Amino acid sequence: MATHPRGLTVIPERSAVPPPVHGVLADERTATTDGTVVVRDLVRAYGLGEGDGRVLRGLDLSIAAGEFVAILGRSGSGKSTLLRALAGLDHDVHGTGTIAVPDRVSVVFQDSRLLPWARVLDNVTLGLRGPRVRELGVERLAEVGLAGRERAWPTELSGGEQQRVSLARSLVREPQLLLADEPFGALDALTRIRMHGLLRDLCARHEPAVLLVTHDVDEAIVLADRVIVLDAGRIALHVEVGIDGPRDPADPRFADLRAQLLAALGVPLTERTVS
Amino acid sequence: MSALTAPRALVAPRPTAVPRARRRTTRRLGPGRAIPGGAALGLLALLVVWSIGSATGLIDQRTLSAPWTVVTTTGELLEQGRLQENLAVSAQRAFLGLALGIVLGTLLALVSGLSRVGEALIDGPVQVKRAIPSLALLPLLILWLGIGETMKVVTILLGVFIPVYIHTHNGLRTIDSRYVELAETVGLSRWAFVRRIVLPGALPGFLLGLRFAVTGAWLSLVVVEQINGTAGIGYMMELARTYGQTEIIVVGLVLYGVLGFGSDALVRLVQRRALTWRRTLAD
Repeated sequence: MATHPRGLTVIPERSAVPPPVHGVLADERTATTDGTVVVRDLVRAYGLGEGDGRVLRGLDLSIAAGEFVAILGRSGSGKSTLLRALAGLDHDVHGTGTIAVPDRVSVVFQDSRLLPWARVLDNVTLGLRGPRVRELGVERLAEVGLAGRERAWPTELSGGEQQRVSLARSLVREPQLLLADEPFGALDALTRIRMHGLLRDLCARHEPAVLLVTHDVDEAIVLADRVIVLDAGRIALHVEVGIDGPRDPADPRFADLRAQLLAALGVPLTERTVS
Repeated sequence: MSALTAPRALVAPRPTAVPRARRRTTRRLGPGRAIPGGAALGLLALLVVWSIGSATGLIDQRTLSAPWTVVTTTGELLEQGRLQENLAVSAQRAFLGLALGIVLGTLLALVSGLSRVGEALIDGPVQVKRAIPSLALLPLLILWLGIGETMKVVTILLGVFIPVYIHTHNGLRTIDSRYVELAETVGLSRWAFVRRIVLPGALPGFLLGLRFAVTGAWLSLVVVEQINGTAGIGYMMELARTYGQTEIIVVGLVLYGVLGFGSDALVRLVQRRALTWRRTLAD
C-alpha cells in the first residue's frame, strides 16, 4: 500500500494525525441550491484499515450542475467510500471534511434493491406522496422501456429490467445529483451496452449531475464528461473526455484515453487487452 | 489427469441404452409435484386405520369408540343442542384470546424490534414467560382473576402472544439491512419505513407465528376448560369422563382436532395469498 507500483503516490508510514475515535463523523455538511457538488479535504477512516485506516486522504472534488463525472479506481481505492459519504450513508466510519451537495440526491446501487414485496410501480414511487405520483411513476417506467409492467413483481423481471426499475425509481425524484455505485456491474455485457445508451439519454433529458463509480474504463469513457482515477484515497488522475459525438472505441482518441486511464490504474501495458 | 478415473458412463456409454429425451417438468431438488388434496391424505390414512381397528375388534370400544359411534354421538349431541352450545362458548373464548394475543404479540415485537430500549425491556420477560408452562401459571391466574371468563381468555392470550412475538420479532430483525439503506436514501419517514418495509418484511415471520398461535389457542382452551368450567367443549369432555362416556370424549377430541387443523389451513391459505411475491422451494 505504501508504494504504488508506478510510484504515483507515496503514503507516509504513519500519519502525524492520530486516528480519530471510531464512529465519529466530524463533517460539515451543507446543501447547495444550484445543483453543484463541492467536497473539500474529505477524510474517511475505518477502524481496522491498513496503516492509520484512512481510506480517503484529504480529497477535493467539485462537480458542476448537470456534469457527468466517472470515478475509476481499484478495489479499496476509496471510490465507494466517497459515494457513500456524498449519499450520507456512512454511519460506521470516522472522518472530517466539508461536503456540499444539492437537496435532491438519488442513489442507484449495484443491486437493483427493489422491495420484493412491492409491485414495480410501488417500488418506483416508494416514499413519494402526492396526487401526481403514480402518473409520474408510470411515465418514468415508460421512459426506461417498462411500460405496462407496473403491476409485475420484481422477481418476475430480468436483472437488466430490475436495474431499469431502479433507474426509474431514482429519476422519479428528479434528482439534482445522481449517485451510481457500479450500477451495471452485475449485468451481462450486452445488457450493459444497452443500459449505457439508456443512461445517456436519461441524463440528457433530466440533466442531473452524475457521479458514477465504476471498474469499467470503457464505461467511464463512453458515459462521462470527466473521468477521475482514485488511488489510495487521493485523486491520481483527472481528465476531460472531450470527444464530441458518438464515442467509438475504435476512435484513436478513445484508445489514447483508455491507455492513459489504465496506466493510472496501474495496469501494465502487457496485460491490456482491447475488447 | 490420468490418475483420475472418470465415471464409467463418461468413458463408455452403453450403446444400447439410448436415453429418451424425457423433459423434467419439476425442479430436480424440489419436493416434487403438488399432490391434489395432499393435505387431507395423512388424515384419511389415520381414519382408515382407526376404522379397520374398530371393525376387527383390535381396538376395544371401551378404550376408543369406533368412528361411526363418534358420528352417531355427534348427531345425538347436535339434536340435544349441547354441542352447538358448548362449541359457541369455546369458540368465543378462543377467538377473543387469539385476537388479543395477536395484537399484543405484534405490538411487543414491533416495539422490541425497532428500538433498543424496547428490546432491553421486553425481550427478557417474554423469553422467561416462554419457559413457564401455561398450566403452571394457572393457579396464580385463578388467584388474581378468579375462575370466570377473564381468567380463561387471559390464559389463552398468554399462550398465543409468545409465538406471534417470537416469529414476528425474528422476521423483523432479519430484514436485509440493504433495504434500510434504501429507505434512508429515498428519505422515508419513520412511519413510512415501518409501513412499507418493516411490516411487509416481517409478514412471513408473523404468519408463521400465527400458525403456531391458532393451534396454541385451542390447546390452551383445553387446559382452562377442563380445570374448571361450566360450559365449553372441555367441560363437556370432563363431564363425560366422570360418567365414563368414552364416545363423547372422542367427539371432543375430534372436534379439537378439526378446529385446530381447520384454523391452520385457513392461516396457510392467507399465507399463500399474502406472500404471492415469494419464490420458494415449495413453488
